[in-house]
Amino acid sequence: MKSIISVKNLTKIYERGSEKIHAVDGVNLEINQGDIVSVIGESGSGKTTLVNLIGCLDNPTSGELYLDGQQIFAQGVELSESKLTRIRSEFFGYVFQKFFLIPTLTVKENILLPSIFQSKVKTSEKELDEIMTLLGILKRKNHLPSELSGGEMQRVAIARALVGKPKILIADEPTGNLDSKRSQEIKDLLIKLNKEFGITIIMVTHSPELAKIGNRMIEIKDGKIS
Amino acid sequence: MNVFQLSYKNLFRRKVRTLFTIIGITLSTWVLVTLLGFNKGYENSLNDNIEGMGFQIVLTAKGCPYEAATLMLKGGTGLRYMPEEMVADVASRKEVAQATAQLMHVEFDPNKGENGGSVVYLGIDPTTFAEMKPYLEFTQGKWFEQQTGNVVVLGYEAAELEQREVGDLMLLSGSEAEYEVVGVLKRTGTQDDGMIFLPLQTAQKAFNKQNELTMLGIRLNKDVNQTAFEEELYKLPDVQVVSMAQVKNTIMGLVSSAKVIVLSIAFIAFIIAMFGVLNTVLMSVFERYQEIGILKSMGAMPKDIFKMILIETTILCSAGGLLGIGFSYLFSGISEVAIRYFLPFAPNGKLILIDSQIALFAFVSITLIGIVGGMYPAWRASKVRPLDSIRSE
Repeated sequence: MKSIISVKNLTKIYERGSEKIHAVDGVNLEINQGDIVSVIGESGSGKTTLVNLIGCLDNPTSGELYLDGQQIFAQGVELSESKLTRIRSEFFGYVFQKFFLIPTLTVKENILLPSIFQSKVKTSEKELDEIMTLLGILKRKNHLPSELSGGEMQRVAIARALVGKPKILIADEPTGNLDSKRSQEIKDLLIKLNKEFGITIIMVTHSPELAKIGNRMIEIKDGKIS
Repeated sequence: MNVFQLSYKNLFRRKVRTLFTIIGITLSTWVLVTLLGFNKGYENSLNDNIEGMGFQIVLTAKGCPYEAATLMLKGGTGLRYMPEEMVADVASRKEVAQATAQLMHVEFDPNKGENGGSVVYLGIDPTTFAEMKPYLEFTQGKWFEQQTGNVVVLGYEAAELEQREVGDLMLLSGSEAEYEVVGVLKRTGTQDDGMIFLPLQTAQKAFNKQNELTMLGIRLNKDVNQTAFEEELYKLPDVQVVSMAQVKNTIMGLVSSAKVIVLSIAFIAFIIAMFGVLNTVLMSVFERYQEIGILKSMGAMPKDIFKMILIETTILCSAGGLLGIGFSYLFSGISEVAIRYFLPFAPNGKLILIDSQIALFAFVSITLIGIVGGMYPAWRASKVRPLDSIRSE
């Protein structure tokens, strides 16, 4: 399989007063296209920071990141927010523990939000219906978020992440706010997305059940892969 | 969907807050439009009133010029008199196109209104007066032609008040003699509406002011140096020369300081509206801190977020501005009554004149002020980093 993410000696240091905290400490990692990577670890271990760096939500202190062969982070070069935004919209879709749906927009409008900001995202009504059918929310198309269950809201958030046709889906605790039944639904859905679209999934989770769906599991301890 | 629709829908999240912000902007715009309309309306009405008099200079008996101004515009009390002989002297001068002698008489009528009121009679020379005021039109009848005789012409309001029509007979206040109504004027919006006109000599006889006048209205020929001519008139004994331009300037001078105060209030109202907008939009940005970060993770550039917030501000201000202009139009009548109540002198006619220029100026101003108020929150929002919003989760 072709490598889609290459991480070399990636480091993130936070300064708290005179203290330096190595949230991510010289991580090296290769992720192939189509992988499902589960990132696990205790709270404060640095797993979210690592995924945020891979997902270009933050600049590293040092180290390199390559996406699909393109060098994104180079030693000593900090990217502007605008540049990071461009890279993010080219490669990533994000799903968070909280759904962040806009309460005044319908399900359809929430899903189509990325198309407002990304000119490359052109989703036809047919494509939209396909995504919604796949995620089992077609009948909720014109409903407001307040009329949905937690599981349905997370499905809408996933649909919104998919509409930009990302190569990589970053999911940070995607089932953190859901009960076991809804968690199972989301788990099945992630597997389905990976199989049907070949989408690479990197997910941070505390759930051993969800972590099991990954073909790779990375445990982070003190900012390092253990 | 586009950014405009997204911004528009965002405003419905906190309906009450949005409503109160719009009310604030509406009130500010209302105040501004009403005050600007008042500025324009007052000046226009004053001009119309003065031009409606039909002459540029008035000669009255020597006395206080303010009293003279009031007398001319409203029919003042404490009238002074000057001899009639000077009419021929003044009217024969080459600078004078037309001169019309008038005798004003004010009588308290206990039967007028609920608590009684003043009735203003004006003795006129029908030939010269009608020529100087050609715009006066009749609903019924016409001017009396004779210099004497018991006939009257009623101003529009006077006819309404007296409930008289052409052919009716009426008594003058304090007189036993009957007078026939020969004409009723159309409404002019000037002091003429409340007057009862009668032939000059009849008035002199009825009010026991033989050979006396209260004023002589003078219209000048074209290209006459008015100031130089006024200097000439000052040489006449015991007369007060009042030019209409002076009257207007005097009144406008008295009103201008009040105008400065009210315009300052309008300015303060605007600044308050601006901070209201700033506060509302800033709060809304803080509340949506995470969401804005998520929008950025979806590809929204800082300029997109800036635009989105600024559109929200513009919608708020435009809605408030339009409502404010609408209310100003709708309630200009009530505002006018209130202003008239507080003003020591208000000319007849429309006191609040709101035209498209004022409406456009107010709309553009409030929108711009709102946009200025929305700049900072928009800038703050554009600087939100997705990572910060995820962290604050």
